[in-house]
Amino acid sequence: MLSIKRTYTIFILCAASVLIIAYAPFWGSKTFSWMDIFSKDVNIRDVQIFWQMRIPRALVAFLAGGAFALSGMVFQAVFRNPLVCPFTLGVSAGASFGATVYIWLGCSFVFWGISGISLFSFVGAVLAIAIVWSLSKIRYGNSTTKMLLAGVIVSFFFISLIMLLQFLSGIYESFRISRWLMGSLSVFGYEPFFEVLPFVAVALAVIFYFSRELNLLTTGEEIAISRGVDTRKLVKILFVLLSLVIGRIVSICGPIAFIGLIAPHICRFLLGSDHRYLTPATFLFGGSFLTLCDVFARTVIAPAEIPVGIVTAIIGGPFFLWLLNKKFLG
Amino acid sequence: MTPTVDIQNLSFAYNGKEILHNIQFAVMPGEYISIIGPNGAGKSTLLKCLNRIVTIEQGTIRIMGKDLPQYDQKELGKVIGYLPQIREYAFSYSVYEFVMMGRYPHLQPFEQESKKDIAIVKEMIQLTGLSHLEHRDISTLSGGERQKVYLAASLAQQPRILLLDEPTTHLDPRHQIEIQETVSWISKQLNITVLHVTHDLTHIFTWSQRVAAFKDGRLRFIGNPCDVITDEKLTEIFDTKFLFLEDPKTKKIIVVPDDRKHAVH
Repeated sequence: MLSIKRTYTIFILCAASVLIIAYAPFWGSKTFSWMDIFSKDVNIRDVQIFWQMRIPRALVAFLAGGAFALSGMVFQAVFRNPLVCPFTLGVSAGASFGATVYIWLGCSFVFWGISGISLFSFVGAVLAIAIVWSLSKIRYGNSTTKMLLAGVIVSFFFISLIMLLQFLSGIYESFRISRWLMGSLSVFGYEPFFEVLPFVAVALAVIFYFSRELNLLTTGEEIAISRGVDTRKLVKILFVLLSLVIGRIVSICGPIAFIGLIAPHICRFLLGSDHRYLTPATFLFGGSFLTLCDVFARTVIAPAEIPVGIVTAIIGGPFFLWLLNKKFLG
Repeated sequence: MTPTVDIQNLSFAYNGKEILHNIQFAVMPGEYISIIGPNGAGKSTLLKCLNRIVTIEQGTIRIMGKDLPQYDQKELGKVIGYLPQIREYAFSYSVYEFVMMGRYPHLQPFEQESKKDIAIVKEMIQLTGLSHLEHRDISTLSGGERQKVYLAASLAQQPRILLLDEPTTHLDPRHQIEIQETVSWISKQLNITVLHVTHDLTHIFTWSQRVAAFKDGRLRFIGNPCDVITDEKLTEIFDTKFLFLEDPKTKKIIVVPDDRKHAVH
């Protein structure tokens, strides 16, 4: 495919992302016009909703969506399997388990400026990736089926542990855990945004730096090594990076399902598999997509809102089945 | 002359099982060596030791006179190309994009492909007879065509040594011959050393200068094809009988497994 056409597509995605972030805060149970938000006459509380809740929420949604999408893209390259993402591999479940332990323990600490819940999520994500990676090294069996089964097993395992903790905790913690597991982007103020931003920015930069290596990884680990990629080092770097990002985001927004599957797949359809183009496109698409899903979640039964994780799972489930069907029958 | 590949006292074990035992031989620049032996003899592992798909613990390997551990992986990619058997592939790249990935060891991060890179890629696509498929998605190609794409990509690395691990297994006869001829021709043109793991005992005479025969992780024989491809030596290595036929027209020797033993019973 011509690189001009791909650059053009990325430019359109960029413009669309800016528009979506700018317009998303206007939609919701309470609607605003451009005049309202700068006007001094409007009730002070409504203006606050706009500036302190809607805008940070759109920004966090965009970063979270972009980061989940990037993680999905990287996992797909590393495992050479278009059907994996943080959710289907059980990495989100691992991160959720970490965060659940933190909530269950009822502790609260900050370590080197990183909140305790993020660290717990990070450890959970690392654990899940380590299990899935070692399962993928088992020699026998079809690789696609094997990876999906490995992901299902890891998910089951961590979800069972989460249920155990929920069973053991009081009614208040139990509700907090289950509400958070559904995935939500409700934030107040800009603190969550600035907590997520550095992680996502570093991840995006590092993944973009390794885009040629990611191309080679999709062609097979042995081929990648023979072309000159130090895959052992690369995979380690990528896994630690993704665990950090997924841990950070899951601890704030919960395990939002399937973005990591949908976004890279659609972008690959639009631009091909070259990660030099795919990386920015996937980030932008995933961010826009989750922001839109969140707008939908806020408005569909307004004034109430449904957790955004339920929206993405309802879209993602059938999408996943369609992909699986296409892969095995087509 | 420094050997391109110099293997000394190489042993390799995986999960406690010894796969290679005290291997020792050297290969000269431009030499074409065929490696034969039964399944599980350690032939593929030997190739994987050379390009560090697996890491060796015992013995030394020198590539172009330099110790293998002293190579950075990317630097090694400029020296050694690798072509294994065809495999399933799930991502879509055009033939051109895929062959361009072979230029990886020569490119810095973020560096744009230069005119020289593009010229090399085009040349390799042409050499392997893929020009008409240049913009096709490789996931839509046949096994034989795809294997040519992999060959073109490893040649785009401009290696001094080419490792072939049964690259033509599972391919139809035409593609087998075409790939074999391309490798043979280009290795002569560019003085590339070739180590070729194969079960094709007939064509060994045509292509290779030397044959190395492996069994149970040990190097049993190495030498001129005429000295190694003999009735008793092949029987010893493969534990089966062979027929040596002569083509009446070309006088070429054709080696096939002998099935008469089974016909008698």
